[in-house]
Amino acid sequence: MVEKSNQNAAARFFDRVGRISVASFDEVGRHGAMLLESVYWLVLGPRMNQPVRLGSIFAEMMEIGVRAIGIIGIMAAAIGAMLAIQGIYSLKIFGAEGHVVLGVAFSMVREFAPLITGILVAGRSGSALSARLGTMKINQELDALEVMGINPTRFLVVPSLIASLIMVPVLTFMSMVLGLYAAALYVNAALGMSLAAFFDQTIDVLSVGDLTHGIGKAAIFGVLIALIGVLNGFLVKGGAEGVGKATTRSVVQCISAIVVTDMLFALVATF
Amino acid sequence: MSDTSNPQPSNVIEVRDLVTHYGPREILHGINVDIVEGEIMVIMGGSGSGKSTFLRHLMALQPPTSGTIKILDEDVWNLSQKELFALRKKLGVAFQGGALFSSMTVGENIMLPLHEHTKLDRLTMEIMARMKLEVVDLSGFEDLMPSELSGGMIKRAAVARAIVMDPRILFFDEPSAGLDPVVSKQLDELILRLRDAMGMTICVVTHELESAFTIADRITVLDQGNILFVGSVEELKKHPSERIQNLLNRRSEEAEIDADEYLRRLTGDKEEAEGMPR
Repeated sequence: MVEKSNQNAAARFFDRVGRISVASFDEVGRHGAMLLESVYWLVLGPRMNQPVRLGSIFAEMMEIGVRAIGIIGIMAAAIGAMLAIQGIYSLKIFGAEGHVVLGVAFSMVREFAPLITGILVAGRSGSALSARLGTMKINQELDALEVMGINPTRFLVVPSLIASLIMVPVLTFMSMVLGLYAAALYVNAALGMSLAAFFDQTIDVLSVGDLTHGIGKAAIFGVLIALIGVLNGFLVKGGAEGVGKATTRSVVQCISAIVVTDMLFALVATF
Repeated sequence: MSDTSNPQPSNVIEVRDLVTHYGPREILHGINVDIVEGEIMVIMGGSGSGKSTFLRHLMALQPPTSGTIKILDEDVWNLSQKELFALRKKLGVAFQGGALFSSMTVGENIMLPLHEHTKLDRLTMEIMARMKLEVVDLSGFEDLMPSELSGGMIKRAAVARAIVMDPRILFFDEPSAGLDPVVSKQLDELILRLRDAMGMTICVVTHELESAFTIADRITVLDQGNILFVGSVEELKKHPSERIQNLLNRRSEEAEIDADEYLRRLTGDKEEAEGMPR
């Protein structure tokens, strides 16, 4: 009897693992399909009298990018200052506080600026995209678009995708500059190093490769945030509760995807 | 039927052997329906009869498992994407909840199809939107947001958006749902006016008997995924079928009790009760 129930438990466990694996592959596939569909509409839409409107892209850039400048600026400055504080504290052990610029510059440009920007945009816009599309779905607005002969992917997804692809790198660049500036101010106060000397050293240690490493990652984060946000919105089921779940799921998935992609990117880029 | 000048009006929608599934469950079991040009066809049926699914097929929103749907002589699911877009411009839909875009004003909602499908200038589009708002008795409301309108107004604004491209076929999904009898009657009058003034073919899905009898040229009754009846209101009222009379007199069906099935449901034997709605 006990043996049978163990067998059943094992069967249920493997059944569950199987289902979760299939669902995960299915979801990855859907993201790929959504990306391909978006490229399709971007390229072939104008031929079918379904162009992607520039106005919609600008409106999304405003929402995803411009309205996030304040919070991302503050966070980037706080992280830049934090890196300087921790850098000076730990380098003091070796009496090498002067080398703090090296650590701050590398970690801010290659790692922290894209990461903090990605996470904040995911929290703001990934969730907002899911909530907006999810609500549109349960209100039959997506069906209404379809029946009007307006493809929802072309009309709603592509502008968000392009806006995110452009604005996350732009915001990341802003984070780099503000983070470094905040670090420079702290180093100036703590070690008496002038801002000019700080930025001279920063430019010396950084290469174009470091900058493209950070910006390239940010572009990937931008695409991931838009795709995950949109897809969770499209897959909403079951009314208002479904929208809430999709929004939470979207933020969790966006941040997980950003962190894992960040690690993989770092691994591949430094191999 | 309104169009008496044409002795043999053509079919604008032809549905043949339509079968559709949700997962393993078959929802529609081989439906055949013709909708004739210029008529108001009402599709009726209780909850779960498959009428909403059927409407989604008629609007070309969902491909069937098998069978064909021809709209304006074109086999919907054999069209290229471009042809399907062209066809959709000839269809208008007023959804149950209105489905107005909440981020746009009423006027912008109505202008959206014009903005997307035509190269008209803004002023012309605004004039056309106001004309359609006049048709649905909502003139002067173009600058309001949908959240500022009442339920009946939202439905009328949705009708204005649906007719802005002067479609050949207009679909209504439960137009009377959630409205008081007076507003519901106004909407019925609007539907009749649209048919008479604009010569549109109109397809209405509803479960409101009174509304159906007021507006319908013909009625299709769906029951558990099958067509129970297609014909005029008079024919429906005189139909001898007990199921139809139950529907008309709002009597609930006495479900046949299968003792074994009942026991299986109670004991929750999932494999045995597979396919049962749970």
